[in-house]
Amino acid sequence: MNCDNVLEIKRLNISFMTDKKKINAINNVAFKIKKGEILGLVGESGSGKSITSLSILGLLPSPPAVIEESEILFHDLDLIQASEQQMQKIRGNRISMIFQEPMTSLNPLYTVGNQLLESVQKHQSLSKSEANDICIHTLKSVGLARAEAIMNEYPHQLSGGMRQRVMIAMAMVCQPEILIADEPTTALDVTIQSQILKLMKELNEKTGTSVLFITHDLGVVAEICHRVIVMYGGRIVEEGSVLDVFKNPQHPYTRGLLKSVPDIRNKQDKLYAIPGSVPKPGSIQKGCYFAPRCEFAKDICFENEPEFVQLTEDGHRSRCFLNENVGGATKNDK
Amino acid sequence: MFSYTTKRLFSLIPVLLGMTLVVFFIIRAIPGNPAQVILGQRATKEAIEALTEQLGLNKAWYIQYFNYLKDLAHLDLGTSLRTKAEISQEIFPYLAATFELTFVAMFIAIVVGVNAGIISAWFSKSWFDYVAMLLALVGISLPIFWLGLMEQWTFSIQLGWLPTTGRENVRNPVEAITNLYLLDTLLRGRMDQFIDVVKHIILPSFALATIPMAILARMTRSTVLEVMNADYIRTARAKGLKMFVVVYKHALKNAFIPILTVIGLQIGLLLGGAILTETIFGWPGVGRYLYDAIAYRDYPVIQSGVLIIAFFFVMINLIVDLLYGFIDPRIKYTE
Repeated sequence: MNCDNVLEIKRLNISFMTDKKKINAINNVAFKIKKGEILGLVGESGSGKSITSLSILGLLPSPPAVIEESEILFHDLDLIQASEQQMQKIRGNRISMIFQEPMTSLNPLYTVGNQLLESVQKHQSLSKSEANDICIHTLKSVGLARAEAIMNEYPHQLSGGMRQRVMIAMAMVCQPEILIADEPTTALDVTIQSQILKLMKELNEKTGTSVLFITHDLGVVAEICHRVIVMYGGRIVEEGSVLDVFKNPQHPYTRGLLKSVPDIRNKQDKLYAIPGSVPKPGSIQKGCYFAPRCEFAKDICFENEPEFVQLTEDGHRSRCFLNENVGGATKNDK
Repeated sequence: MFSYTTKRLFSLIPVLLGMTLVVFFIIRAIPGNPAQVILGQRATKEAIEALTEQLGLNKAWYIQYFNYLKDLAHLDLGTSLRTKAEISQEIFPYLAATFELTFVAMFIAIVVGVNAGIISAWFSKSWFDYVAMLLALVGISLPIFWLGLMEQWTFSIQLGWLPTTGRENVRNPVEAITNLYLLDTLLRGRMDQFIDVVKHIILPSFALATIPMAILARMTRSTVLEVMNADYIRTARAKGLKMFVVVYKHALKNAFIPILTVIGLQIGLLLGGAILTETIFGWPGVGRYLYDAIAYRDYPVIQSGVLIIAFFFVMINLIVDLLYGFIDPRIKYTE
């Protein structure tokens, strides 16, 4: 494994068992997280972003989730094969996670201090006062000036933005190598959102922690990510540096997403939306998953699934039969 | 907190007053006359009338009720018509016996029931879950008198391990201090008697514990199961905590308010005296004391006994309400 990569998902296949059948939710997803980078994972609801992130930490409820033929390498350890005890040593320590809903992600019945100390004391053998100092220091580093007081406060006494800062502090307190952020700003209002994004970027620069940033908001990706992966229907459809993907999107889905971002300079009566909606998992048996909603779809798109093709030297890849045509069209558009 | 508690305590007065009024009328609606019962079948009409007058039972109802309240205001619970003893003195050993039985039964019910519920939720749809929930269903459905008799038949008669009835070995009686025999024998340092008392309490307390245990197991399972889907449980797991800590620290505390409510209600019910259990196991508790009082139409004993039980019931509910605030910091008792 390349030493630049902290995490490599070699392949990931996840299905869910329902009463009658097995429904495939994640199909052959593979990507790497490099050391110190912020990797964006973008897609509509139901595209499999959260499932992918939860599977890294082994937090998918199983049953109903079934992970097969998968390999997630964290250094030399396969996280899929790792025992529960091995995972417990990694979770919150070397890979940590923050969630979408800061209002409900903290236990309402314990103080912030109690919940932070729990993390530190679980993973590091420290005296109570040392652990306490680390917690206060971490709270201050996420921009909570009243750290000492907040240690003794309950989550309901804090605002949404403060709670998300506490969540970030809780995730960062053991200085993890990877921070998985599952839509951390979605539930926050815009001003708080930009503060949290700034904070995450700062932490990434200061500590060198790699971030897997899951979002459906392309604006957020443009703001903080280095690389981006676009997911659709449990598959990766495009991957590349933020610059490449935004300037020169190769997959019609990515282009649709980019077109759906409202532009203030360009007043439209109707906002653009990709026609149709995300297919139900398991509803499309063959061909490209996006074909039914794709304005460029040809006959072949309904028959065969396109390969994931490398387009440029620096790793811009896309999964589409129309790659050249679409790429050309985009360039002309701009 | 303090002012809330005081306010709640004052609000108990109308509740208890209403209680006295209801009991006062209900017992007078029961056919039968205390004087008749005391004097027996063959008493003459004159004798009954004389005794009725002597007991003050021929006065208008509101005068009787008013006199009763006047005595209560002086903390005088009255005297038994039957034994002529002060009720406040006489009821005490019975209350202590019921307290002791309730305490032990609820202890068993909570330890077994809550843990069974937690483990069932933790490993839901496992064989443990199915077996525990089946047993809980059986526990709720079993008639307690049948269960009591089966316990006696198995453990006393067939196996001969435990005594069938009573609270102590009558040949080696306990010298009461608090009338809580488990405590008294320890205070006096009489281990032999302590063991006797433990042996006597096992069967009735298990019989009494069955229903609360089953209710608690089912209740705990469903609330813990619900809490286990919460976001903060996922956070706790993402921190790398052991499942045991996630379940017993993060999930249980959040699931505990409904469990505590049930515990409070069940203690209240058991304190009222479990007449079936007390009868089967010859347990000298307050349930049997009141049952006898009803048979003898011993009006003052019934009135005061019910009042005392009602008092404990509302006090336990108050304590449960106050405990909510200790469990959940979001529950604040302010004006």
